[in-house]
Amino acid sequence: MPKAILYDSTMCVGCRLCEKACAEHHTLPYNDDIAKEEKLSAHKLTAITTHGDKFMRRFCMNCVSPTCASVCPVAALKKSALGPVTYDSTRCIGCRYCMLACPYQVPTYQWNNRLPVVKKCDMCADRVAMGLQTACAEACPTGATKFGERDELIAEARQRLAANPGQYYSKIYGLEEVGGTSMLLLSAVPFEELGVKVSLPHEPLPMLTWHALSEIPTIVSVFGVLLGGVWWISHRKEEVAAAEQAEREKKS
Amino acid sequence: MMPNDNRQQLSFWQAIATVVMVAGFYASYVRITQGLGGATNLSDQFPWGLWIGFDILCGVGLAAGGFTLAATVHIFNIERYKAILRPAILTAFLGYLLVVLALMFDLGLPYRIWHPLVMWNPHSVMFEVGWCVTLYTTVLALEFVPVVFERFRWTKALKIMRAFLIPLVILGVILSTLHQSSLGSLYLIVPEKLYPLWYTPLLPLMFFVSALCAGLAMTIFESWQSSKAFGKHLELPLLSSMGRVLAVLLSVYMTLRFVDLWNRGALRLLVARRTETYLFALEIALFVVPMFLLFRKRVYSNPHALYGSAVLVLFGFVANRLNVSVTGIEAASGTYYFPKWTEIAVTLAIVALGFTIFRFACKHLPIFAPLPVVERVPSRVPVPSVPVEAD
Repeated sequence: MPKAILYDSTMCVGCRLCEKACAEHHTLPYNDDIAKEEKLSAHKLTAITTHGDKFMRRFCMNCVSPTCASVCPVAALKKSALGPVTYDSTRCIGCRYCMLACPYQVPTYQWNNRLPVVKKCDMCADRVAMGLQTACAEACPTGATKFGERDELIAEARQRLAANPGQYYSKIYGLEEVGGTSMLLLSAVPFEELGVKVSLPHEPLPMLTWHALSEIPTIVSVFGVLLGGVWWISHRKEEVAAAEQAEREKKS
Repeated sequence: MMPNDNRQQLSFWQAIATVVMVAGFYASYVRITQGLGGATNLSDQFPWGLWIGFDILCGVGLAAGGFTLAATVHIFNIERYKAILRPAILTAFLGYLLVVLALMFDLGLPYRIWHPLVMWNPHSVMFEVGWCVTLYTTVLALEFVPVVFERFRWTKALKIMRAFLIPLVILGVILSTLHQSSLGSLYLIVPEKLYPLWYTPLLPLMFFVSALCAGLAMTIFESWQSSKAFGKHLELPLLSSMGRVLAVLLSVYMTLRFVDLWNRGALRLLVARRTETYLFALEIALFVVPMFLLFRKRVYSNPHALYGSAVLVLFGFVANRLNVSVTGIEAASGTYYFPKWTEIAVTLAIVALGFTIFRFACKHLPIFAPLPVVERVPSRVPVPSVPVEAD
């Protein structure tokens, strides 16, 4: 069954231990200066963002139908059955279409490396495969970031909303956005106030390009036959004209 | 045209080309030593810039004259266009080679450019574009190579190539249709990022039709340029009728654009005081003005006016591609992007390289007339419109 993370913004105290644990697990540098950078980058795969007295967490949403995996021309990005969207840097050619396509602007690039690769949160795919929880969930002291089965976490989120309707903005973010995400968010205020994109369609984005791509066999066969036919007709005319000319010359 | 003027003008342009190339070489050095970060103004929020928007999207579109003319001559059997087929094929072939060159600058790991050929993802538009461009560049090489065979009088090789000509042309048209439209499909995946004046489910169709327009305009442009550079007779009647076809195609394209805007209810955006509105207006003007001009006999039968209109269409095309790939994305990206000098220098150097190779090829290969080539074809003497492929 697919795993997920439930991030409850109302329980987050902004301690950034999740950031630190993430950096350690992915062998990235972490210090006070990096802690202050409230945005994702090639050296920061998750970020706590501050909005007055409230917090939000940025990370790869590990979508159920990931746009990045659908656009990658070399299948470097893949959705695993357990939930994580993984990235194989040995396949990547560096076209950065994943970065353009991602509705959450999550994948980041090592712009200053001579041989750069893409960096993004992979939901600790290696740990999850071993049956462990993600590094961030393990490090979270308040339970704001909770790891578990997606179904169970959805049920739990519903329960929290029902138990304390006054404390929450009544929506589980990630249930339907672009076809659903592995990261589920809860908040006290409307999500856009915490910098979360709320304008996204509920259909998985990969369908948009798939509709166009699935026309290819039709185009190939129709155009092939059509062009062949036009060629035959246009040259046939010439042949007929030549034959008629010869006929006339014979007669006269 | 006085031969002296011609030489002076050429050396002026050669000087410019040299400066541009030197700047391009230095920019390439910066790109190699400092990576994309040092050589571009791209960022995590804005991963695709001028190199994709101009060098790739415009480069491929401007090379569309190749398959359009190949189909006209070989499939529709309209023989008189043969006189300008070879330059169009050469333009297309060069265009694609330069697109691949530009891609080597833009890819983060250019030495893995071959990966899509062995590591498949059929769900990716980029994968399809990669395959189509690879195959079509091969087709163009095969369509062009008879010119080289002719130059060295390899009659046997010529005969073999001719046997495969029609299937090759058909394959070329199919591949072009696929990837010209697919370059538009690339942007289908960003419905919430691309400004609604440009985002439409019909992007593939829009890209295809506008590429046809650009291909025709480019053929007119390049015929006019070569007639000036080589003192070659201008095939005016041919170019005039191409100009008229271009007018019709442009009106089809404009109708499609506006009907689509109407259907999506996006026309009301035209009253918004935003940069996008002005850039959209500029782009549309660059299509509509030459469209009306080219319907007039005074314009399409006058070489200068015809050339001017074609140049306007080319600018309109470039404006469209940059609007889709750069300016239309900017607002949603949450950042500001303007290309760094290195991006511009590489782009200009690639354009200059294109002109230089085109000139070189025209000098040394039978592009405009089949061999035997008469030395110093005097200007004003029409080149007989003989079949271009000699046996």
